[in-house]
Amino acid sequence: MANRIARAGGALVLVSALALSACSTGAGTDGGTDAADACTPSDGPVTLSFTTWLPGMEDAAAIWNEQNPDIQVEVQTGPNGLGGTYNNFFNQIEAGNAPDLGQIEYDALPNFRVQDGVVNIASCEGVMDAQDEFIDWTWSQVTFGEEDSVYAIPQDTGPEALFYRADLFEAAGIDIPTTWDEYAEAAAQIREEGGYITNFSQSDINAFAGLVWQADGQWFENDGEAWDVTLDSPESLMVADYWQGLLDDDLVATLPAWTDEWNNGYNSGEVWSWVSAVWGANSITSGAPDTAGNWAVAPMPQWNEGDSAAGNWGGSSTAVLKGSEHPYEAAQFALWLNTDPEALASMNATANIYPATKTGGDLPAFSEGLDFFGGQNIYDVFAAAGAEVNPDFTWGPTMTQVYTDVADGFSGAISGSGTLTDALTDGQQKTIDAMKAAAIAVNE
Amino acid sequence: MSATKAPVKKHNGPRESLFSRSGAMLVMAICTFYFLIPIWWLFVAATKDRGDFTSSAPLWFADFNLIDNIVNLANYREGLFFQWMLNSILYAGAGAAVATLFATMMGYALAKYSFRGRETLFNVVLGGVLVPATALALPLFLVFSQVGATNTFWSVFLPSIVSPFGVYLARIYASSSVPDELVEAARIDGSGEVRTFFTVATRLMTPAMVTIFLFQFVTIWNNFFLPLIMLRDEKLFPVTLGLYIWNSQVNQIPEIRAYVIIGALLSIIPLIIAFLSLQRFWRSGLGTGALK
Repeated sequence: MANRIARAGGALVLVSALALSACSTGAGTDGGTDAADACTPSDGPVTLSFTTWLPGMEDAAAIWNEQNPDIQVEVQTGPNGLGGTYNNFFNQIEAGNAPDLGQIEYDALPNFRVQDGVVNIASCEGVMDAQDEFIDWTWSQVTFGEEDSVYAIPQDTGPEALFYRADLFEAAGIDIPTTWDEYAEAAAQIREEGGYITNFSQSDINAFAGLVWQADGQWFENDGEAWDVTLDSPESLMVADYWQGLLDDDLVATLPAWTDEWNNGYNSGEVWSWVSAVWGANSITSGAPDTAGNWAVAPMPQWNEGDSAAGNWGGSSTAVLKGSEHPYEAAQFALWLNTDPEALASMNATANIYPATKTGGDLPAFSEGLDFFGGQNIYDVFAAAGAEVNPDFTWGPTMTQVYTDVADGFSGAISGSGTLTDALTDGQQKTIDAMKAAAIAVNE
Repeated sequence: MSATKAPVKKHNGPRESLFSRSGAMLVMAICTFYFLIPIWWLFVAATKDRGDFTSSAPLWFADFNLIDNIVNLANYREGLFFQWMLNSILYAGAGAAVATLFATMMGYALAKYSFRGRETLFNVVLGGVLVPATALALPLFLVFSQVGATNTFWSVFLPSIVSPFGVYLARIYASSSVPDELVEAARIDGSGEVRTFFTVATRLMTPAMVTIFLFQFVTIWNNFFLPLIMLRDEKLFPVTLGLYIWNSQVNQIPEIRAYVIIGALLSIIPLIIAFLSLQRFWRSGLGTGALK
């Protein structure tokens, strides 16, 4: 169901992209800057609307509402971004009744930027000064490297590390891999033990992108005029080759991700490890309850021995949407929400958010060892990984389509028709076509 | 009449062979099994606690925690789920009732009055049957945006009260089950057209009305896309949209998974009740139309 909606959504986004680019010339390069010099407080009390899919955001808003009687925030709920909320945002922006604030994941933000759907809040008080508070790469996600531009306030991140079954590795006498070569060797040994080292997901293309990210690869680049599409960059193809090798030798499981089958793979000890983001801890804890106490977390395997590169999977920002009559107040709330310790603690408590601020890892919730992970304080590992994420990774403006097209290719590779490399090169061409169809400038 | 008194032949038509009969039964059994398995799974899953959910057999019970799960669901977010159930019942119940009234009136009018453009009007309504509700959602959103009525009860309720299929059904049914003579007689007795409709026609059309009501009730209950586009305030959500949104939050809060499952089980109960209690009328309704 979700997938079908996401696809339908992709089509809708493209249609609205056409509509918007037809009526606002040059939206791709300079749209949105007009708001930059008009960020002033409104007269009198203001009520802001904020659409999000984080459970319990009302609690954080209640803290703000208490402290700011003149700027009240009303929280509204939608499904997660690709599940319909982004489509709704685009429709609402077009109809002129979008909420003042919206939650937007980093990979969707360029799409909103290209379609002129988010307000540049750089000139709003305090926004530029906040740069130092955020992990470097998250800040470049919301500025796109443009001067005097900030299109959203970073909210959370998903630095990656290796979750592994400490008990099984130890019992089998296999060392915890620190490089991808060792990971492949360990994969072969584990296969002899009857297990799989990990599961390769055909649907989580952004997880694969996280691996490319770690390898210093890029999928998109924008020189201010047009986009370079590099799904088939050397780093990207290297990562694809590596996983294709594991798939060919039947060294990784290929269970459909996020299903009961997949949970059971981990719960039964068939699958031994998972390179995933910090929020993956929740997924494992809930999906594999029988394995409590047996897990541990180590840094991601490296391409070059001695490196400490990390990938990232997921993360959101809070943006002021086009048409908001109160960009100043909206920006103030977005800043507070994502930097105030009380707000961050509230979001962590209700939605397990891992903040994008440099000091976010200092929240009390992250200071204790977890029983599920044998008492290890896993957040130390993720905090270190967050600092090692390459700050220059760029998402493209048509990610919904990219995910769909590459996922089609990946499922082909898993069923034996084609390879991961084919999926990327096909995805490359389809992405260029889709961007051209949406009147987005592409370098070839 | 004497023929009916004579010994009745036990079987009309050729007697089916044992082979074909058991073949048909087998196919039916497989189909029944196929359709009931997911509901069975849902019921079993709803009785498990979170630990048992992944570790025990999917199609058989572990510890029976159904009541606990329902209590947890009721406590989560101050019983938001039951607000959604009420909303759904209101959208679907009231929406279907109004839709039935409108469709019956129009169908009756099309069947019993001849006026210029009648067939054109009917054809336009028939065309409406072909337009999927999903395709209308976005234009409806833009229209409601123009008048500032998105994210309100009315933005979901108003589009639900039209039922082109209901008009079609009502027309067919009215022309076959409401005799012109009866309408004439009512007129001669001094009954106005409105009174005739409500006192005479609706009585005769009850089976069709129940059918229209059921169809529309299920359609509104299952309509997911329109509320998805229209609504942002979770207090207004119907249960389908609410569960979908919870399901999309499972990554953030794993406990929600249990609420989605138990919620899905509870959400089909009103549909089952509606079907079981109206089934009698529904069957006779369809049957009557077909036989005449």
